Amino acid sequence: MQVYADNAATTKLSKTALDAMMPYLTETFGNASSLYSIGQEAHHGVEAARETVANVLNAKPEEIYFTSGGSEADNWAIKGTAELMAKKGKKHIITSAFEHHAVLHTLKKLEQYGFEVTYLPVYENGIVKPEDLENAIREDTALVTIMYANNEIGTIQPIRELGAICRKKGVWFHTDAVQAAGHLPIDVEKDNIDMLSMSAHKFHGPKGIGALYCKKGIRLPNLIEGGAQERGRRAGTESVYAMAGMAAALKEANDHLEKNMVKMTSLRNRLIDGLLKVDLSRLNGDREQRLPGNVNISFEGVEGESLLLYLDMQGISASSGSACTSGSLDPSHVLLAIGLKHEVAHGSLRLSLCESNTEAEIDYIIECVPPIIERLRNMSPLWEKIQKERGIA
Amino acid sequence: MEYSAKVLEHFATPHNVGKMDDADGVGEVGNAKCGDIMKMYIKVKDDIITDVKFNTYGCASAIATSSMATDMIKGKPISEAMKLTNKAVVEALDGLPAVKIHCSVLAEEAIKAAIKDYYERQNIPFDENMFKEDTCHYCYKEH
Repeated sequence: MQVYADNAATTKLSKTALDAMMPYLTETFGNASSLYSIGQEAHHGVEAARETVANVLNAKPEEIYFTSGGSEADNWAIKGTAELMAKKGKKHIITSAFEHHAVLHTLKKLEQYGFEVTYLPVYENGIVKPEDLENAIREDTALVTIMYANNEIGTIQPIRELGAICRKKGVWFHTDAVQAAGHLPIDVEKDNIDMLSMSAHKFHGPKGIGALYCKKGIRLPNLIEGGAQERGRRAGTESVYAMAGMAAALKEANDHLEKNMVKMTSLRNRLIDGLLKVDLSRLNGDREQRLPGNVNISFEGVEGESLLLYLDMQGISASSGSACTSGSLDPSHVLLAIGLKHEVAHGSLRLSLCESNTEAEIDYIIECVPPIIERLRNMSPLWEKIQKERGIA
Repeated sequence: MEYSAKVLEHFATPHNVGKMDDADGVGEVGNAKCGDIMKMYIKVKDDIITDVKFNTYGCASAIATSSMATDMIKGKPISEAMKLTNKAVVEALDGLPAVKIHCSVLAEEAIKAAIKDYYERQNIPFDENMFKEDTCHYCYKEH
């Protein structure tokens, strides 16, 4: 059986999205800036896509800017705000300890330029406390940027409350909603969001396209200079097919949001319950306040890369927060931020589901994982030590 | 990052996995914090490594290098096993991704640690300089 359970990494393009894209990949190939009809048709495609994305977020079309993806949107929101606010002498930014690298590395760069960054703790459950934010905001705070939902452990942040605090204090609030868009109901008005980043390929849209929602009145300096596309704010000939695909995928996800959330939550819980039967396993991140499709479990005494490669041999695609999969010697900063010891973080497995996963697939994963854990533990000197400490061996 | 077919083969069905209750020498290197521990057991007769087993906690390349390295010293005289380099293990595996080279270093060190342990148990005099320090050189960090 083939089971794709790495939807937090990327998703399969939906048929609806593909169908929406095809005309712009074939007949309607014109440049959206051109005045003749084939160009204007492309232009209409861009604006229709913008309107669809805006509607889903309860934003206005002129508040949506298409980007190359989530990373660009994050970079733009943060660097743009930093540039504006530095002129006002505000060089303090607040974020959380477990943001995506698109945010963290951007902030590291700003630290080199004299910005001060406060990293709010995320505690064992992987959730920021609003009172911590309230206490961290200062006179010179330029921006608060906190993710909507974490990409590794799926924990959902109290965005509405965090946004309300920012509104009250008069500080702009950006959220990286790459994992949340298309998976959770988002309303930029009610959620008190000033800027929001999203990426199409996380909700069955194409790769290479995303958007930044930027509330009317916030005029960020450009990140990409050039032509007058995106009302002069983001240069580059519009990738109309990608925008159309993104809009179609987002609308489709939003139209089925509640149904999908119920289904995925049920699959997720079945998977969590099944895997937690393994000795010395733990669920990472809050069990309730988490994305409907996210499962992240650590198995002591095993290393995640080996686990996921053995799973791959059984047809299951998953990911891990071990050092070996991060390409460095440290395990995932997210798992360390919620207080896991290095050796426990190395043994983590992330399974991220989508609405087309089935109960049979979940049961197949539950069937495949324990024997692999047992096999790895049987050859693990670390497991031998753990067992000795427990007085078992 | 991509593994060679040889690495995946040794990872999928590693050779010489297990423990040895009557080992003549046991060597353990690496640490849990870095995510790799290799433990090697050797049986020695007339200066020949007649049997070897390993237990490894680590990624696919750690398991594959353990498997390959143990294959390469099995049935060999100790003097020859001492000459096994991490480079030779990497070559035998048709290469390793750059970030995984430290796994092959661990395999070489684990073998040497087991031989050193054998020498110590047998009270065989040896030159300390032949053995690298038992530290994780590639971490550059405190543990």
